Amino acid sequence: MGKQINVSLIGNPNTGKTSVFNQLTGLNQQVGNYPGITVEKKEGICKLPRGLKAHILDLPGTYSLNASSLDENVVIELLLNKNDRDFPDVAVVVSDVENLKRNLLLFTQIKDLEIPTILVINMADRMERKGISLDIGILEAKLNTKIALVSARKNTGIEELKELILNYRQISTEPCLHASIMDPEYFGRLRKAFPNQSLYKLWLVITQDVNFGNVNRHSLNDDNSFHTKSNSDLKRLQQKETILRYQFINGLLKEGLKIDLNSATDLRIRLDRILTHRVWGYVIFFMVLLIIFQAIYNWSSYPMDFIDSSFASLSEWTKNMMPAGPFTNLISEGIIPGLGGIVIFIPQIAFLFFFISLLEESGYMSRVVFLMDRIMRRFGLSGKSVVPLVSGTACAIPAVMAARNIENWKERLITILVVPFTTCSARLPVYLIIIALVIPDESFLGFNLQGLTLMLLYLLGFGTALVSAWILNKILKIKSKSYFVIEMPNYKLPMVKNVAINVVEKTKAFVLGAGKIILAISIILWVLASYGPGDNFNKAEEIVTSKHIANADSNLEQEIAAYKLEHSYIGILGKGIEPAVTPLGYDWKIGIAIVSSFAAREVFVGTLATIYSVGSDEEETIKNRMAAEVNPVLGGPLFTFASGISLLLFYAFAMQCMSTLAIVKKETNSWKWPILQLVIMSAFAYLVALIAFQVLK
Amino acid sequence: MKLTIAHLQRGQRGIIKELIVDKIPLKLLEMGCLPGNLVELVQTAPFRDPMYLNINGSHLAIRKETALLIEIELI
Repeated sequence: MGKQINVSLIGNPNTGKTSVFNQLTGLNQQVGNYPGITVEKKEGICKLPRGLKAHILDLPGTYSLNASSLDENVVIELLLNKNDRDFPDVAVVVSDVENLKRNLLLFTQIKDLEIPTILVINMADRMERKGISLDIGILEAKLNTKIALVSARKNTGIEELKELILNYRQISTEPCLHASIMDPEYFGRLRKAFPNQSLYKLWLVITQDVNFGNVNRHSLNDDNSFHTKSNSDLKRLQQKETILRYQFINGLLKEGLKIDLNSATDLRIRLDRILTHRVWGYVIFFMVLLIIFQAIYNWSSYPMDFIDSSFASLSEWTKNMMPAGPFTNLISEGIIPGLGGIVIFIPQIAFLFFFISLLEESGYMSRVVFLMDRIMRRFGLSGKSVVPLVSGTACAIPAVMAARNIENWKERLITILVVPFTTCSARLPVYLIIIALVIPDESFLGFNLQGLTLMLLYLLGFGTALVSAWILNKILKIKSKSYFVIEMPNYKLPMVKNVAINVVEKTKAFVLGAGKIILAISIILWVLASYGPGDNFNKAEEIVTSKHIANADSNLEQEIAAYKLEHSYIGILGKGIEPAVTPLGYDWKIGIAIVSSFAAREVFVGTLATIYSVGSDEEETIKNRMAAEVNPVLGGPLFTFASGISLLLFYAFAMQCMSTLAIVKKETNSWKWPILQLVIMSAFAYLVALIAFQVLK
Repeated sequence: MKLTIAHLQRGQRGIIKELIVDKIPLKLLEMGCLPGNLVELVQTAPFRDPMYLNINGSHLAIRKETALLIEIELI
């Protein structure tokens, strides 16, 4: 029996659909994208009784078949296309026992497509506490289907669901609601024009902007054999459809559902009174943020230090164990540090996704969106942009991924485009060393000037993000429906399994996706820095040694390294761009550090360390070296207040992160946006740095 | 002046009378915002925008501009 049963999991958001998916498939799942769009495609394999298997597709959450986002389009496009590889043999609609009325709306629509449809009533463990009792017999009879009463949390009812999936052929495909009762005359004409099609499918094709086999909306509208309706008439009909469906559902639930309100205790009301309070709500949100920041900075520093030192010793070990030569160098100086550069991000990303999925699973995230929407709207963002902007202070990569939660494409795109302005942790080492060099360690009105500068840089990041969002909002002409309806789900204790799977999947996506690019860049950088043309590079040792005889012996090796770097390909590149960076107050060495920073900003300090031939990474020594550098054009110290500020501003604004560009490409599915980000942000950074230096010098 | 959801006070309830179908997202209708249904204002953010409602058992938040389009009758 090679044939698998194709199952589509469908349901409203917040019904625990993903929990059901996780229970059915376990870790036997994979996350990808639908071709051409960034909507996440989750699929998995479920073992059924009697050795059969089901292919389970977890479709994006949707409230109805009237699509209003890309995610929802995926659902109807699949359900209308019988030829799709994933077209379901059986649809499983997941509903939440507490929101059965609303959830059944979608169920009746799916049922009307004449696909065998199973109804899952999830969160059955809450029934007693909420005083809910169901008459499954009546519901099954009226809905003409089979019902599985499931608790994904307690893992009950899953086996029964598998049994139902196995026997899907026994489920009736009779529709719940005959579309023609909406407007008998109109549907009569439709039936005459297209005698062989299901009326409800035709209705969906008329009202939705999707393709349906070879019949599409336009060919239907152009057909003269029946008169189409105006958009507003269609919408009135859709309203009528919704009312009719609710009438059917109300009648059904009157018999099949009993709620004893006396036994219902509502945690929601009490929690919402505090968490969405116009003062306390913000105070609590601020404290939650503080805790998350603390955790991301402090907790992840231990594993990050460990990863850092492990990769350093691995690199050392490889160098010692393998025969000397370019291949060993490539592995020990190029590939291993490159891999380390990927792995070192894992703790921060995992922690961030851990907290984000806790906030989402518990239902708190909707409250934050509610609190922040009004403020963010002024800048062309949505309440939902808060999460990415906050995450951006750790790392822009997971932040860009977190923007997926924003349904409105324009608001999501703007969020993705402005997130790299927030001060990510990779900018921190650069800021720290430059501030130590050019800002005096004095206090001003009781505040330490250096600390104040750092805080200003953080505020500058947020401010620039908001202002550029405001500008983008004015410029971008993207039509996307700008409604704002957000469900405020019940508070729930997060399920360990869901959180764990989410963290693992998101982290894996980062390591495999962005990781490839970081690795490639670090190999290229290594090659450019390790090879150079001509005698200057290849005979560096002899040249430096001969010059060095007079001097003491101590720094010979480091000087050779510095000389080699100056004449390597990257050194030549640095010299080449020197004219461009001189007006900003930099020399060719900073130029190189900036160029290599385009792989990742934190490379800056390391690059300067090598160039200034300081063997160790210790900041104090680099600092002293940097302080002693002389400006080749103007004379005097290279790092002055003017050039320091110029450099700080450059790093605050420039788009110097290949991994972020890669993830933006992945999330927007186009090179257009990352390239625009790179060009505009870097040009802006250059301009600001230029003005700052020229004014201050 | 017509009474709309935007005029509700916290804890106050009303019955939806009429809504401007062309301007209201269909999603809101599907979540139960239909004539005849009960609506209660649970909470508002500062400046009374957005508004957190309980419509017919569905808890959701909408912006004030949308709330102004839904006419109600107090109970």
